[in-house]
Amino acid sequence: MEPPQSKEKNEFFYFALRNNKLVIGLIVVFFFLVFAIIGPFLTEHDLNERAGPRNQPPSAEYWFGTTTFGQDVFTQFVYGLRAAFIVGLVGGGLATIVGMMVGFFAGYHGGMVDELLNMLTNTVITIPKLAVLLVIAAYLTVRGVIHESIVIGLWSWPWAARAVRSQTFSLKSRNFIDMARMTGMSSMKIIWTEIAPNMMSYLFMTFVLQFGGAVLAAATLDFIGLGPTEGISLGLMMQHSFNWSAIQLGIWWWFVPPGAALALLVGAMYLMNVGLDEVFNPKLRER
Amino acid sequence: MFLNLDKVTKVFKTGTFGGQDLHAVEDVDFGLTEGEFVSLIGESGSGKSTIGRMILRLTSVTSGVIEYRGKDISEFRRQSLKDYYRQVQGVFQEPFSAYNPIFKADRVFRNVKDEFFPEMDNGRWQDKVQDSLGAVGLNPDQVLGNYPHQLSGGQLQRFLIARALLLDIDFLVADEIISMLDASTRIDVLNLLADLKEREGLSILFITHDLSLGYYISERAMILYSGRILEKGVTEKIFRNPLHPYTKLLMASVPRIDKKWEEVEAELEEKQSDIDSGCVYRDRCSFQEKCKQCEEARPELREVEENHYVACHAQEED
Repeated sequence: MEPPQSKEKNEFFYFALRNNKLVIGLIVVFFFLVFAIIGPFLTEHDLNERAGPRNQPPSAEYWFGTTTFGQDVFTQFVYGLRAAFIVGLVGGGLATIVGMMVGFFAGYHGGMVDELLNMLTNTVITIPKLAVLLVIAAYLTVRGVIHESIVIGLWSWPWAARAVRSQTFSLKSRNFIDMARMTGMSSMKIIWTEIAPNMMSYLFMTFVLQFGGAVLAAATLDFIGLGPTEGISLGLMMQHSFNWSAIQLGIWWWFVPPGAALALLVGAMYLMNVGLDEVFNPKLRER
Repeated sequence: MFLNLDKVTKVFKTGTFGGQDLHAVEDVDFGLTEGEFVSLIGESGSGKSTIGRMILRLTSVTSGVIEYRGKDISEFRRQSLKDYYRQVQGVFQEPFSAYNPIFKADRVFRNVKDEFFPEMDNGRWQDKVQDSLGAVGLNPDQVLGNYPHQLSGGQLQRFLIARALLLDIDFLVADEIISMLDASTRIDVLNLLADLKEREGLSILFITHDLSLGYYISERAMILYSGRILEKGVTEKIFRNPLHPYTKLLMASVPRIDKKWEEVEAELEEKQSDIDSGCVYRDRCSFQEKCKQCEEARPELREVEENHYVACHAQEED
């Protein structure tokens, strides 16, 4: 079959819908998204309330079983999924936006601006996220998912900034930037109307990667006890199950759902990234 | 003077820590009067494009002053810079990269409208675009609405000239604009420039590496080597009576029917180096034995006959 020649958008969807990696990734992410949105409406329990007897295996009444404290695992799971999407969107989004800004300005202006922004980028890379979170944990006794997302976002932009900067450098030397400059356009406008559109696919892929990275980072932090003090997350569920020896006691329904969801969600994100790469880059398209 | 360059120098920092200087352009002086067609001739690396870019404010000047209608162009800011670009535009060697590949080619016109004529209504603007495309010999119905890769190099290059014409410019910097074109379209673009000069009184700085093109089209010419002007003057005089050894070499290396290219190439092969003092051309000079000063002093441009200047110690002796 020949791809349609008419519009670039059509061509994009033509290849996107025929890329198995992208389609599978999208289905998995979409499935969890729907789960996270409608899940909380399917349960009548509260997050930490004692919903029933302790350590119940999955049953018709308690779909995912109950914990050592008699909390409903399904309730915690769906709220935890919501938290994962919030962390991904806020943390990944923040990292992408800050990284883009820094990368565009450093790459476009070069010289002194570039030196300073580069210094900032390298400084942030070398500050350990863990140490900062310890300090924050010491100051903020009540922490929510949003706090965590912001910290993750503010600490993961440097890689995005570096990538955007180098792309901007190479685009900047093209003649069409000179043509734009010869209309007296401001540099902000040149960045947004001439450089950014050329990197759309790249920026989108950066966001997908950062989303997966943020979810994973949050799970790590939660597991070692630096996560939110209020609410629930998939990482927190795993931490609690670990603290109360769920593995040794064979309470598998406590840690398998959050662990599997994290692995699938992050895996699907990375799969989407590879798929998108193939869609945007004609050289990688499957025959 | 309409456009005037006074001791313009551009130094690029090179090396890992910016420790080395590369003098891309050094002490370049020249002026252009209104409606004049001047060629700037030099080999690659001679700094000719840098001069064009400095005039267009795309590269900063290290020292020296470029004046347009008596005003220092480096002082232009937002509005005054926009006014400058309303009068002065450039067209470059490589037409393909002058277009943002993900947009249609007409976008270069759209940008001009958005920036310079935001109030003009679309109907009038379309008429203006049609006129300007007509002026460069393009059929609007054939070329509008296409992506850059769907148009030929010649069409894209004319498109850019049409873009410049939308602004009613007075001065055009044409940097190697025909070197990437097919032989068949070259002469058309060249004649188009000559025509525009006649009809609209456009001044043109024609930057080229091709001596014969410079001769074909311009009233005055400058020969650039390693960032310095070695000879300048009325084209006719330079070509009838080349005085600088470099100009002589260039004249000799214009492809000829009676000489095989290998012989010419051998003469040109020696490397060009960045020389700090003395004559920039001394390593390749054919008069070398003639003068001792070449090692010590940079030769200045001197008028050897009316409207014909040369920077060579050998010419000072007689």
